[in-house]
Amino acid sequence: MRLPTLLLILAATVLAAYFLGRQRALSLARQTGGIRSLHSLPKYYGYYAALGALLPGIALLLMWAAFSESLITARVVASLPEVLRNQPEAQLGLTLNDIRNLAGGQMYDESRSAEFAVAADLYNSLRDASRKILAGLIIALSFSGFALAWFQLRPQFRARNRVEAAFRSVLVLASLLAIVTTIGILLSVSFEALRFFRQVPVSEFLFGLNWSPQTAIRADQVGSSGAFGAVPLFVGTLLISGIALLVSVPIGLMIAIYLSEYARPRLRRIVKPVLEVLAGIPTVVYGYFAALTVAPVIRLAGQQLGLEVASEAALGAGLVMGIMIIPFVSSLSDDAINAVPQAMRDGSFALGATRSETIKRVVLPAALPGIVGGVLLAASRAIGETMIVVMAAGLSARLSFNPLESVTTVTVQIVTLLVGDQEFDSPKTLAAFALGLMLFIVTLILNIIALHVVRRYREQYE
Amino acid sequence: MLRMEKPQDVVAPPADAVPAATPVEAPRIAPDTVGDVTARDAVICVRGANVHYGDKHALINVSLDVARNEVIALIGPSGCGKSTFLRCLNRMNDTIESARVTGDFRLDGQDMYARDTDVVMLRARVGMVFQKPNPFPKSIYENVAYGARIHGLAANRAELDDIVYGSLERAGLIDEVKDRLDDPGTGLSGGQQQRLCIARTIAVNPEVILMDEPCSALDPIATARIEDLIDELSEKYAIAIVTHSMQQAARVSSRTAYFHLGRIIEVGPTDKIFTNPSHKLTEDYVTGRFG
Repeated sequence: MRLPTLLLILAATVLAAYFLGRQRALSLARQTGGIRSLHSLPKYYGYYAALGALLPGIALLLMWAAFSESLITARVVASLPEVLRNQPEAQLGLTLNDIRNLAGGQMYDESRSAEFAVAADLYNSLRDASRKILAGLIIALSFSGFALAWFQLRPQFRARNRVEAAFRSVLVLASLLAIVTTIGILLSVSFEALRFFRQVPVSEFLFGLNWSPQTAIRADQVGSSGAFGAVPLFVGTLLISGIALLVSVPIGLMIAIYLSEYARPRLRRIVKPVLEVLAGIPTVVYGYFAALTVAPVIRLAGQQLGLEVASEAALGAGLVMGIMIIPFVSSLSDDAINAVPQAMRDGSFALGATRSETIKRVVLPAALPGIVGGVLLAASRAIGETMIVVMAAGLSARLSFNPLESVTTVTVQIVTLLVGDQEFDSPKTLAAFALGLMLFIVTLILNIIALHVVRRYREQYE
Repeated sequence: MLRMEKPQDVVAPPADAVPAATPVEAPRIAPDTVGDVTARDAVICVRGANVHYGDKHALINVSLDVARNEVIALIGPSGCGKSTFLRCLNRMNDTIESARVTGDFRLDGQDMYARDTDVVMLRARVGMVFQKPNPFPKSIYENVAYGARIHGLAANRAELDDIVYGSLERAGLIDEVKDRLDDPGTGLSGGQQQRLCIARTIAVNPEVILMDEPCSALDPIATARIEDLIDELSEKYAIAIVTHSMQQAARVSSRTAYFHLGRIIEVGPTDKIFTNPSHKLTEDYVTGRFG
């Protein structure tokens, strides 16, 4: 039986369980004197019966998904001849892959020995058997689960409480999923980063001023010895994000103040979505704009002032990135400012404050947490932005605070390290994971600091 | 400021612009209203005020004086225009997009709605306390200092301290908060918050204080304290108070105006309004048959 059919049967069982459970509750009510004699509404008895049919089946399905493959593989390995079975682990993995491919009918290699064909047949038959067992077990489980629930139904049975408890645990599971995913991402990056740090000392990575990740692939190659000092990359990231925030925070904040405090509602309804379109433009398009339009203008202006401007200056990328993240600042600040109660403004106006005094002294302090939230989101977008920098700021890892020179950022380097054919165990490739881990830690620290600042300075209304 | 004060320095109260009030003349000023809308020594004179919110005619041809050192209560059923009228007196209706105000509003004889009137100065002279206490999300000290700061009333910290302590004292709050002036004003109880708002208002030294149902969100004990405070404040300020509680109007005010569907139906001394009203609608309302 195929999986979709099985799921369909399960769904039908669950649906039937719901109606049967509800029906039983209604008939119980009829026997004992009206619906008020039931502890819960009839639909809860239905839900309870449905849950009884659903949960055991789902649990089994999940367990099957987790363990069946490894169990089958173990049996297949055990059946292999001694020679194949005693291979090193990596080699064994390749053999198993071949067997799976053969079983799936994707490989017609005549040269493979008969052992492979035997193993593939075994694999196929085991899988068929496991599917059949699964289908039978699931159907049996959901019927018995339903039966168990059905016999529990009594007028005084607390179905609502049970159903709500079940629903609450679903919610808990959902929130756990987000946390577990985050931890999973962190771990997967950390393991690769650790492998990198086994080859390159942490101190060199953190404090080295030189970044040139080209390593020798063959022993007789010249030059490329590899230097993994991440400081120039973080300085570059800081420089470009800093320029972007210098552009976006004042402009975004002023837009937000205008829209929420001065503009007529009609204008606001039109302008706000238009602004948000800015955030929807693909960053590649911003990259073109930065490289083809903004960068030449900056270079021309610089030349007229007698300044040396690189054709891929950090300034151009930063400016365009700043424009890109304006909507994050303006939209979230606008929401925060709008959430400040009108009573605050009235109180200030009634004391003879002007509109601008009211905004500066009452509205903005009260809206601070939301505004900082918007700036933070904008900052993390700026730090994580890759495309604009690739196109407009270049790849050269120069340690410089001069916005007129070309710099590179952490994310750009991660991309260049991972594109193309790579050896997975060379420090060059692994450096990408170390950079990712560092970036994660840096943004985490930024977030914590910002949260702290907000908690310290916010003025809480209500 | 100086220019504004001149008329009253020179001769008599500017209410003289309107001929000294006699009950006989009253119908000429306010044909819709029973009783005398004028007051001796008036600080605010309103004649023929109309307010439209979009298509809604919320206030219809209303005339009323507010005298110095009096407490005038504005009563009436919900939606009768009393709060609208109150908000005209310091031009708070300016903040409502759709509101249109016409009529003659004078503060010390000066036209409040004249083109060259500075609404900031006007609101400094006519303070307002709102229905729901709305302290700023700042410290207690900063709440009271706010008005003094924006109007530059204090030259240095010592003067500002004087203003803050003095205002809190007059608002009857100083004993409760003197040890925690740096705590947020929003952490006080409802009644304390409302007294903080009153302290904040008197810190800018207004001539008139408008109160829009200042006790409707408070418990009876806090209400009693505010009412005592209104009594004390009336020695120094003119107070116009909107209230839904007729007992409160009877307790705190010397004059009462009854609003009904955007008009003032009757104005008179509070005891007369409550014991012997002339108009049928007023009688229905104060005896609880309507409203």
